[in-house]
Amino acid sequence: MTLATQQSGIRVRGLTKSYRDLEVLRGIDLDVVPGSIVALLGSNGAGKTTLVKILATLLVADSGVAEVNGFNTASESAQVRASISLTGQFAAVDEILTGRENLTLVARLRHVADPAGVADELLTRFSLLEAAGRRVATYSGGMRRRLDIAMSMIGNPPVAFLDEPTTGLDPQSRTEVWDCIRELAGAGTTVLLTTQYLDEAEQLADRIAILHQGRIIVTGTLAELTRLMPPTRIEYVEKRPTLEEIFLALVGDAHPTHDPRGADSTGAD
Amino acid sequence: MSTYLADSAALLGRSLRHVARSPDTIITTAVMPIAFMLLFVYVFGGAIDSGTDSYVAYLLPGILIITIASGVSYTAFRLFNDVKSGIFERFQSMPIARSSVLWAHVLTSLVANLVAVAVVLLVAVTMGFRSPAGPLAWLMVGAILILFTLALTWIAVIPGLTATSVEGASAFSYPLILLPFVSSAFVPTETMPGPVRAFAEHQPVTSIVNTIRDLLNAEPVGSGLVVALAWCVGVLALAVLAAGATYRRRFR
Ligand SMILES: Nc1ncnc2c1ncn2[C@@H]1O[C@H](COP(=O)(O)OP(=O)(O)OP(=O)(O)O)[C@@H](O)[C@H]1O
Ligand SMILES: [Mg+2]
Repeated sequence: MTLATQQSGIRVRGLTKSYRDLEVLRGIDLDVVPGSIVALLGSNGAGKTTLVKILATLLVADSGVAEVNGFNTASESAQVRASISLTGQFAAVDEILTGRENLTLVARLRHVADPAGVADELLTRFSLLEAAGRRVATYSGGMRRRLDIAMSMIGNPPVAFLDEPTTGLDPQSRTEVWDCIRELAGAGTTVLLTTQYLDEAEQLADRIAILHQGRIIVTGTLAELTRLMPPTRIEYVEKRPTLEEIFLALVGDAHPTHDPRGADSTGAD
Repeated sequence: MSTYLADSAALLGRSLRHVARSPDTIITTAVMPIAFMLLFVYVFGGAIDSGTDSYVAYLLPGILIITIASGVSYTAFRLFNDVKSGIFERFQSMPIARSSVLWAHVLTSLVANLVAVAVVLLVAVTMGFRSPAGPLAWLMVGAILILFTLALTWIAVIPGLTATSVEGASAFSYPLILLPFVSSAFVPTETMPGPVRAFAEHQPVTSIVNTIRDLLNAEPVGSGLVVALAWCVGVLALAVLAAGATYRRRFR
């Protein structure tokens, strides 16, 4: 009981995960304070999705501890699932059902009081009202993504995972999604989002964590990360360094982590 | 428990919608068995001596078995699509009993296959099939067909969870569809050469077909009913266990 209140949000310690001989996560430590937004940055194949799936109880870690909303993802997975919503990297919607039916289905599965009402409210909020009665198979990529995110918001679970939520969205939809994520956090939801877009992290995140070669190599606010920039660099650049520059400076190499076994030799193979 | 039933009902409603929105899945399920029935009755029928006066009545049980064997492949297809589209993962990440997702698919298969079986029965009746069986015998036929559908559907769950292509997901049903041909479904097993006959007489389709045939003819079934039910229940239990193991290996 006290555990849940003290350690709510997300707490990860020493988490490792390999796919056969491919070591993807090599000891992840990460904290997300309740009600805050943390952006997880990492190159393709860094293991962002793998980490999110472990936190969402879809995968089991090889070792280490992960707690979500005070519950252990391995031993209390049912309680974890009751505490989270997951927006996966690829829109997970039912193509044969209509947009409204998709929302109503999730609302029923979440046992909300008025599934039809919830569906209508979200359809309006995500500008899907006109297409509500059409099968999702006829939706554009952006419409699917918005529906997907709307489905994840039903039931207001205290922790939300969003895996690259705005990939493939036009600027307007992206702004809508950003507003939604801010609203979520404003209402007290703990948000962990992964992104390839550094401006997205700059815009949304209270703290930024950079996942590189299986570890979180740095976490902090944008201001804290900015201070990590080599001073020589700052002398020559007049404007504030962008997060992209910080990211590339920290990650260092030109071909980051296509293979997490790459430069780091500790524990490879 | 009550949320388990409510969740399963919501998921069942969803996948029944899938069936209702692609009625072709039921039509294609029924078309092949109906074609076989027409072919055997009107083309081969004259040359086959089944030892009965109504060949439609003789082969109907085997045709029903073929209907179900081809119908269950749609469960593999729908499950494969769920896994591939990510909606399966969405359900997995939600606070619902994980088995209810599979049960919804299995019960959908039951409904879809019973509809297909009813269509085939109607065609058989228009072809002259009549049965002296009473309600109790019909009930038992229904029970056998339901158990048989459940058993084959749970087998279909395995390729549905593991397949890497749509073709792979439904290919498993081909041997199931062929099984009735090496049984007493179309010709009496006595006409088959030794080893084939031995196989035919000891495989489940023969005892199931013989039992259904006896029930529909209002003849005593004897121990055949027990053997048929034992096959159905045995295969069902094994299939549920194997599907569960596949599920746990594939998803956490
Ligand atoms: N089921 C799997 N089996 C084997 N290897 C896998 C599996 N899933 C992921 N991987 C590998 O693990 C590594 C990390 O994958 P992951 O999807 O977590 O990366 P990511 O950071 O989300 O990448 P992206 O930005 O491209 O989405 C990759 O090298 C990937 O090929
Ligand atoms: Mg990813």
